[in-house]
Amino acid sequence: MEDYIKIAKNGLWSNNQALVALLGLCPLLAVTNNIVNAIGLGIATTFVLVASNVTISIFRNQIRKEVRIPIFVLLIASFVTIVELLMQSYFYELYLILGIFVPLIVTNCAILGRAEAFASKNTWGKSLLDGLMMGVGFSVVLIVLGAMRELIGSGTLFDQSALLLGSLGDTLSVNVFEDYQGTLLAILPPGAFIGLGLIVALKNFIDLRKS
Amino acid sequence: MLRSILKAGLLLFVFTVVSIFFVALTQTTTKEQIKHNEQQLLIKRLGELVSGYSNDILADKYTKKLHLHNIEQTVTIYPAKSNNVIFAHLIEHTYPNGYNGNIRLLTGIDTNNQLLGVRVIAHKETPGLGDKIETKKSDWIKQFSGLSLSNPDKESWKVKRDGGVFDSFTGATITPRAIVSATYQLLELFSKKDFLNNKK
Repeated sequence: MEDYIKIAKNGLWSNNQALVALLGLCPLLAVTNNIVNAIGLGIATTFVLVASNVTISIFRNQIRKEVRIPIFVLLIASFVTIVELLMQSYFYELYLILGIFVPLIVTNCAILGRAEAFASKNTWGKSLLDGLMMGVGFSVVLIVLGAMRELIGSGTLFDQSALLLGSLGDTLSVNVFEDYQGTLLAILPPGAFIGLGLIVALKNFIDLRKS
Repeated sequence: MLRSILKAGLLLFVFTVVSIFFVALTQTTTKEQIKHNEQQLLIKRLGELVSGYSNDILADKYTKKLHLHNIEQTVTIYPAKSNNVIFAHLIEHTYPNGYNGNIRLLTGIDTNNQLLGVRVIAHKETPGLGDKIETKKSDWIKQFSGLSLSNPDKESWKVKRDGGVFDSFTGATITPRAIVSATYQLLELFSKKDFLNNKK
């Protein structure tokens, strides 16, 4: 039991892939100009992480050391392709917005990193939890950054949630500031770097205070 | 040594086959739905510009190679018919000189050479400045409906900054200028007689 709590804590906080390992920054910085994009990419990444972790841990004793990396890459690429196809068939408009960043999940080092560092050495149960927690930890950072940039950049929250939830989403979109002209910096790439920097700093600050 | 190489190779082979199987399975099961989604989106886009057509507009589309916006390009043309008579064309074309490269446009022109409207399909203009050409961000692009080569006259088919009638956005003149110019050039091309008849 203690193991599992440790795994969860690792994924969500102390070894957070986006804040501590600083992996997967390319999609993280690119798609987080609003919450809906962030949630979409977060779910897709988490799904791939869980699927690849579970599969690799199940076959960890069969996968020979000398070919493990090609096999990991093969499995991850397959899962990403499957996710891409599923998104195209169920969330087509969201897929169009996320565009190239869905196939680019394959290059997210966090996924190969967890396969090599965790799933190839642990049982499938632990690997599932590890994948899930790493994915959720990554998604939370995506969403926080997305919320910050959307709020400052365009003055809305959950804009275009219809892409994810259908007609239900229309009620969710909030125009926080009326007649807000928007702050361009937050939407453009520099805003992503500054925002992520602030979140990393905040995390370090909290850690420092605790110790 | 050889044995272990063979074993590793076999393992890799097995994983490849199984992976391909699952990817192929997903692809076959989602194929129909994806095609359906693509068509629905296209019909929605076309429907914003033209209504009241009775033909299967996606099946009737054709492509044409032509010299437009100073480049050679292949445009896709969707003819809208009612009672088997074409009353409008919707043209998907590329304008290469946006602020940040290509802008894909869908322009509707009826048989009297009047604009049904213009919509942006894809662009890389600056978010927050140039992207006001999207209907999501502003109504700017809707002003083209009903215009033609003579309305406004040739001198006025420019953004206000160049002495014309079209507003430009604060901080972004190139993007609206591109749309205005692209629309005018396409109208001009369509006004030429027999332009659509020499299909090729």
